[in-house]
Amino acid sequence: MTATQQPARQAGSTHLPGYDDDAAPAVPRRYLGASTPDEKFTRLGSWAAGFGLAWLVTQRLLPLEGLPWFLVVWFLSGIAVTAVTAAMTGSRTDVVDRVAGTVITCAALVVGAALLTTIVFVVSRGWRPLMHLNFFVDDMSGVGPKDGFDKGGILHAIIGSLIQLGIALAITLPLGIGTAVFMTEVGGRFARVVRTVVEAMTALPSIVAGLFIYTVLIVTLGYPRSGLAASLAIAVMMLPIIARSADVVLRVVPGGLREASLALGASRWRTVWHVVLPTARPGLATAVILGVARGIGETSPVLLTSGAAAFVVTNPTDGVMNSLPLFIYSTVRSGEPNAITRAFGAATVLLVLVLILFVTARLLARPRRSGPSLRSRLRSSVLNRVSR
Amino acid sequence: VTTLPATELPADDVRPRKLARTSTGGDAVFEYASRAVGASVLVITGGVGLFLAWQAYPTLKHYGWSFFTETAWEPESDTLGIAAVLLGTVEVALVAMFFAFPLAVLTALFITEYAPASLKATLVSLVDLMAAVPSIVYGLWGFFLVMPHAAALALWLQQHFGWIPIFAVENSDPNAAVWDASRYVSSAFCAGIAVAMMVMPMSCAVIRQVFSQAPMGEREAALALGSTKWGMIRTVVLPFGRGGIIGGTMLGLGRALGETIAVVLIISPSFEIKPRILEIGTMTVSSLIAGRFGEASASQLSALLAAGFVLFMITLVVNTVAAVIVNRSRSGAGTDA
Repeated sequence: MTATQQPARQAGSTHLPGYDDDAAPAVPRRYLGASTPDEKFTRLGSWAAGFGLAWLVTQRLLPLEGLPWFLVVWFLSGIAVTAVTAAMTGSRTDVVDRVAGTVITCAALVVGAALLTTIVFVVSRGWRPLMHLNFFVDDMSGVGPKDGFDKGGILHAIIGSLIQLGIALAITLPLGIGTAVFMTEVGGRFARVVRTVVEAMTALPSIVAGLFIYTVLIVTLGYPRSGLAASLAIAVMMLPIIARSADVVLRVVPGGLREASLALGASRWRTVWHVVLPTARPGLATAVILGVARGIGETSPVLLTSGAAAFVVTNPTDGVMNSLPLFIYSTVRSGEPNAITRAFGAATVLLVLVLILFVTARLLARPRRSGPSLRSRLRSSVLNRVSR
Repeated sequence: VTTLPATELPADDVRPRKLARTSTGGDAVFEYASRAVGASVLVITGGVGLFLAWQAYPTLKHYGWSFFTETAWEPESDTLGIAAVLLGTVEVALVAMFFAFPLAVLTALFITEYAPASLKATLVSLVDLMAAVPSIVYGLWGFFLVMPHAAALALWLQQHFGWIPIFAVENSDPNAAVWDASRYVSSAFCAGIAVAMMVMPMSCAVIRQVFSQAPMGEREAALALGSTKWGMIRTVVLPFGRGGIIGGTMLGLGRALGETIAVVLIISPSFEIKPRILEIGTMTVSSLIAGRFGEASASQLSALLAAGFVLFMITLVVNTVAAVIVNRSRSGAGTDA
């Protein structure tokens, strides 16, 4: 077709289209995926009608009191009205499509609301002790469960959590990543056995890991309950998790990179150290940090092995040591209102710690940008504003 | 025209260069070191499993099959059994999956199909964040915020569906003027709701990943044939993701079976075969361990280890089946039909 329309032109010349300055401005192309104002109005109207129906049903017709019932009835009547309005303009297929979309969106909203209520509820019950500085720099020695928030704090639990996690990480990091390197880079029949066992052990319930350390270290060998025992319990729980996720990360390193490095004459050891591990670094960091987030929040292994101290303990081999999840658990169980509020304060701190770890993992996992860094972009935007 | 090089070399001079199959120097050190690391991890992790089995053996031999059929846990009178405890574990896990399964599948569908493209990455991160929230926090949420509402819902269920055995509540009149809330709290139902929050994000992450791998060509073909969005999901995404749905759900089930601290916070212990999930009191294997390890003697500790071993075996089977199903769905073997 093009051959008949275009006149024979000299080979090698490029024809540039000219701009017509008097032409009307181009009309934006119609986007077929978006909903029309009609559809938007129908959707909103259906939910408004559902709201009215829900009010009528719950407040006037049926003895269904309270906000939860109102929301449930609103959801059901909203879907019913959506189905009716869809049936007015479309066929049965349209009705099913509209209802399915509504149900799926509502389910996602329910999940979002559950996450939101969890965080808002914990923070709203626990913000009062956070307003006192001593909550962060004091321990609970000599502080009763009924005492006010200007006394006592959770420094011992924070320090204990960090020490236990540090030791557990010192054990699991080299072993976990080393195992992953062995499974992917060395291979062989033995590696398959190791992989099978490691994958099986990710199914180990955390309380059973705690019970294992309790039986071996505390009952059989007679060591006292200590931070070290708790670290070992966390390590036993974390090791398969980290090894398995690191294995998954290392397996997706492109084989071409390895082959290129080997073809250039590098030894296998240098290939792993200079090519495979740096390539997988963001993924490995994510695997480790998500394992750490799991380890810092797990209560059950610590419950069996560490014992709860009310004072700061910095030596992990020296008797009982507290940690954040254990502190929350034991304080909530005491039943005093002030103690429960204190536990919610500690839970807020724990949530913030997990959030920090999580955001760090996300930032590390992002592919490295080729553009200017965040700092230079900030600086340039500030300079622009100042100069204007 | 290709010219072939003239091969004038005498045949007996050509010998293949010797390639070393065994590593030498630094490579040998690397190989042996990593082999040693792998072996030590094998010893550690495998040791835990073998130790559990070794410790559980005397108990299983002493009590025989009655360990699985006896309901009471009374070490003083030498009657031990995990029938009631196992039933409680399964009940809590099933309640959790009843809530978590539809929410996980629908949320995964929302993220892959309905969410705006600019929001997708954020939503994926949020689901991962939900998975990272410590279980004790969900325990607090379930105990202080959800339990009163769950008890009210339990009363309503008993009033209207009380004739179904699992919704019955003994020693409580559903139509009393002032209802007895204490009969409806701390039940398997309440614990299951908190556990559902814990396992939902995990299942959702697996299911979402499998949904997002449903082939683009088939999706576009369905839409081009005039299918609606739901029609495309029903005919393309769900059949392709079936393995992921089953596998992700079973992974969640494995986690739900072993969950401890939220369950311990919520339930009140009771050792009886109780299919009435709305009624106060139940027991799970992990909360049995958490509650009884402190005062346990050597033989009781062995019994607890046996219970833990049984729990580990169940979660192991569930997780292995889940992993096999997910892997098969990813390799595309199940997509031929």
